[in-house]
Amino acid sequence: MDLETLTVTSGEWLRGTGPDSDIVVSSRIRLARNLAQFPFPPQADDGTRMEIEQVLRRRVESLSCTGRLGYISVDSLDQLDRQFLVERQLISREHAETHGPRGVGIGSEENVSLMINEEDHLRIQVLRSGYSLDECWNDINRIDDALEEHVTYAFSEEFGYLTSCPTNCGTGIRASVMLHLPALVLTKEIQKVFQALQKISLAVRGLYGEGSQAMGDFYQISNQVTLGQSEDQIISKLKEVVPNIIAYERRVRKALVKENRQRLHDQVSRAFGILQSAQTITSEETMHLLSSVRMGINLGLVEGIEIPTVNELFIHTQPAHLQKLRHEMLESAERNVARAAYLRQRLARQEPHEN
Amino acid sequence: MRKCRRCTKPATLHITEIRDGEVQALHLCESCAQDYLSNVDVGETVDEEDVAFGTQADEDVDEVFEGADDLKCENCGITFKQFRSQGRLGCPNDYIVFRERLLPLLESIHGETQHVGKCPQHTPDASRKQYELIRLRNDLRSAVESESYEDAARLRDEIQALENQLGIESGEE
Repeated sequence: MDLETLTVTSGEWLRGTGPDSDIVVSSRIRLARNLAQFPFPPQADDGTRMEIEQVLRRRVESLSCTGRLGYISVDSLDQLDRQFLVERQLISREHAETHGPRGVGIGSEENVSLMINEEDHLRIQVLRSGYSLDECWNDINRIDDALEEHVTYAFSEEFGYLTSCPTNCGTGIRASVMLHLPALVLTKEIQKVFQALQKISLAVRGLYGEGSQAMGDFYQISNQVTLGQSEDQIISKLKEVVPNIIAYERRVRKALVKENRQRLHDQVSRAFGILQSAQTITSEETMHLLSSVRMGINLGLVEGIEIPTVNELFIHTQPAHLQKLRHEMLESAERNVARAAYLRQRLARQEPHEN
Repeated sequence: MRKCRRCTKPATLHITEIRDGEVQALHLCESCAQDYLSNVDVGETVDEEDVAFGTQADEDVDEVFEGADDLKCENCGITFKQFRSQGRLGCPNDYIVFRERLLPLLESIHGETQHVGKCPQHTPDASRKQYELIRLRNDLRSAVESESYEDAARLRDEIQALENQLGIESGEE
C-alpha cells in the first residue's frame, strides 16, 4: 500500500453520510484477539514477534471478505509516516510508538484495519461513517470468523478471548461512536452527559482515543466492560444511550438558534472567515474553528462548504498530514504557516449567507 | 448481593478494618474469611505498592494473598508482581496460573467473571454446547429483568432442550 496515495484521498468514514451524520461522525468497533501458542506482544522478543507477524500477515492478506487489503510494515516506517497513520485512525498511538516487528493491513476504502503486534497479537478495526454500529458489528464478526478458520485464538470458556490486559478479556470488543457536540460544549451541558455516562460504565475519550484531548468538540463514547456481557448486549447499551445524546445536542443547537440566532451566525461566520484568511494558525485553533463551521453548516448558517470537506480538513490539517502534503519536514511555526496556506487554498472565500 | 473479593462466591462476612484512621471494608465468603483471619495479624499495616490496578478490591486481595506475588507462569516467566507493575499479562496461560488472583481483579473491572459472548467455532462441540448454555442463561436473566416474558419462555425451552442433550439435571433457579 502506498502512503502517498492516502495523503490526497480521504477515509470513507469521513464522507459525512450515514445515519445521524450531523452529530455522529463515525462508528467504530474493534476486537482484540491473540494466538494461543505465543506470548502476548509486550512479553515477546523480536524473533517471536516476527513469527507472529508472519503467521497473521499471511492470514490477513488472504482474507476475501474485506476486499483487497494493503499491508504496511509499521516497523519500517519513519516517525512521520507512523504519525500519519495515527492521525488517519488506521493505527493506534500505542502501535505507532511500540517497537519490534509489527504491521497493519488496511482496506482500500480505509474502513478496515488489522493491526498486528499492538498490545495484542491482532486488533481488528472496522470504521463506518455516521451512526452504524450494527453494520460495523456484522462486518467485523465476519472478518473474525474468517480469520478464526485458520488460526487458534487464545480462548477460555470462563474468561472468553484472552488478552494482554485483563480490561479487554471476554469479548475483546470496544464499540465506539465519534460524536461532534459543539452546542453541549458551548453551553457547558457536556458535564451532565459525562456524569450520566460514567454512572453506566461508558467511557468518554477524545479524537485519538485513550488519553487524548477532545479537540474540535469531538468525543468518543465507548463501552468499558468487555467480560460478562455478550457483544449484542454491549452494543445495545451504547445504542440505548447515543440517541439521547444526539437528541440533546440537537435540542441545544435549536435553542441556541432560537435564543440568539444573530450571535451564533456571527460566531460561525467569523470562524469561517478566520479559516479562509489567516496567515498562520495552530492545529488547536483550526480544530476549534472548524468545529464552529461544522455546526454552522448543519444549522444552515454557513454555505459554500460541505460536511465531507470539513471532516477531511480536521484530518488533513494535523501535523503529519500537513508535512506529507507538502513533502517536507516542518517545524511547528512553519507548520502553522503551511496550515493557514492550505486552509486558504481549500476554502476559497464565499459571500456570507444572508439572514 | 456482594461477592467474595477472593473467589467471587457470595460474601457472607463483612470485615471492617481501621488502618491509619482509614476505614476499609473487606467482603469475603466464609472459607476465605477463615483463611484471612488466620493469616492476618490484627493491626498490621500493608506496604504501599505502585500497582497498575490500585482499587480497593485490589488492596483487599493483597491482604488475603500476602506472599503470593511471587507466583510465576512457567510458560512466559512472568510473576504476578511483574503483572501488577506493568498491567499486562505475559501469555494466555497466565489466566490459568493467576486465576485466583485475577478473579477479584476482573470482578472489580467488569463486575462479572464469566464470559457470555461469542466463542470460536474451533471449540469442541460439547464445550460449545456448555458454553451456549451459559449464554442462554445470561439471556434469560436479561429477559426476566426487562420483563420480556415471551423471550424468557422461549429461552427456557431452549435451555431445557440443551440440558437434555447434555444430560444435565435441570434445577430451577
